[in-house]
Amino acid sequence: MKPASFDYLRPATVADALAALAAGGDDARVIAGGQSLMPMLNMRLVQPRLLIDLGRLEELRTLRVEDGWLSVGAAVTQAEVLARRTLAQEVPLLAAALPWVGHFQTRNRGTLCGSVAHADPSAETPLCLVATGGEVVLRNLRRRRTVAAADFFLGPLTTVKAADEIVECIRFPLARPGSGHAFREQSMRHGDFAIAACAATVDGERASLAVGGVADRPTTRSWPLVAGGLPPDLDDALNAFAWDLGGDDDQHATARYRRDLVRRIGRTVLEEALSCRR
Amino acid sequence: MPPLTSTSALTAETRHAVSIVLNGTPRTGHAHPRLLLSDFLRHELGAHGTRVGCEHGVCGACTVRIEGVAQRACLTLAVQADGRRIDTVEGLAQANGGRMTALQEAFRRHHALQCGFCTAGILMSLTDYLDRNPKPTEEELRDMLSGHLCRCTGYAGIVRAVMEVTGQTMKEVAHV
Repeated sequence: MKPASFDYLRPATVADALAALAAGGDDARVIAGGQSLMPMLNMRLVQPRLLIDLGRLEELRTLRVEDGWLSVGAAVTQAEVLARRTLAQEVPLLAAALPWVGHFQTRNRGTLCGSVAHADPSAETPLCLVATGGEVVLRNLRRRRTVAAADFFLGPLTTVKAADEIVECIRFPLARPGSGHAFREQSMRHGDFAIAACAATVDGERASLAVGGVADRPTTRSWPLVAGGLPPDLDDALNAFAWDLGGDDDQHATARYRRDLVRRIGRTVLEEALSCRR
Repeated sequence: MPPLTSTSALTAETRHAVSIVLNGTPRTGHAHPRLLLSDFLRHELGAHGTRVGCEHGVCGACTVRIEGVAQRACLTLAVQADGRRIDTVEGLAQANGGRMTALQEAFRRHHALQCGFCTAGILMSLTDYLDRNPKPTEEELRDMLSGHLCRCTGYAGIVRAVMEVTGQTMKEVAHV
């Protein structure tokens, strides 16, 4: 399992990277942490002619709060975000979900933006970005554009990102006072791909549940609170959501098991989110 | 990490000089861009302590420390490691006057290995992890170890060895 041949570019600036990407077209790929792309290169599922390494670009090593958002640059690793002391106050859902991303050893290298660009339907970071109402900042040689996370993912490994664009950063809105958040998932072993992942948010008068690993992209549904609590017909609502997600049988689990996970874990995280409102 | 002053482009067909500091000693080898760091260490520099298992980041056998941080050598290109400090299992005893470290001794005492194929990777993960979290709970430790596949020990001996070396009582792991 060795990658096919490619040219390798270590650009000095983001502008250099974007110029090379524009010239390389569909035959060029960018790499940052490589924890999704390197396995695909090793298995030769992707065979780019040119690999452009963003990993050492200081311009992309940004992790900061600005205008009510937590902005995470393309070269920032999962371990670096997880180590941020204020993360649990800023984006509590991300703080709860990041320990589920891969393993200690892969979080040390893997990036959040890379996971978003890769768009595996069972990945935790895209799920959190959609669940919190986050944004993806895309940049090519000529312009920068911002896409809502809900509009970014089109299906498995498929997004609205054009071949000449990079995910420059992703932005999570800071949690509002009085909101509650909870995350859980089920996988074969901790750190494996999620069979079903659930992220719950209770904010104001609404409770919402985002599910990954079942549909072809992270999917959200929300319900109004009833007398300050979860709706009395929540079981029926979760059942309808579970069926609407349309999960398939695969080597890890049956569609029926996935529906059961959505109903059970969905209720658990919604109750947790309701009880941990601050 | 050396400052990056200009864009460098490496062609696929050429072997390029790659310089690393391996266990404290500057070493230079040559690599095509597609060469994995794990293969660079073993085939180019002759450092065979690092094992290669699955080559897609799952088994953990190839884990090394890059600038002190435990990472998969099979998910890193040799050219990406250029200019970096790489620590592998060979360096543990080297830095300890040629004797096994306390962690390695504890591995031996507690039968934390049988075939040993996973051991180099686990030791490198642990040396980074215990620097950051010197007294992990058993739950935290098992969570970290989930990034390594060991088919001999069932992890029980590994957990016992780490608990002992971190000065924690055996009671905590009595049920394993």
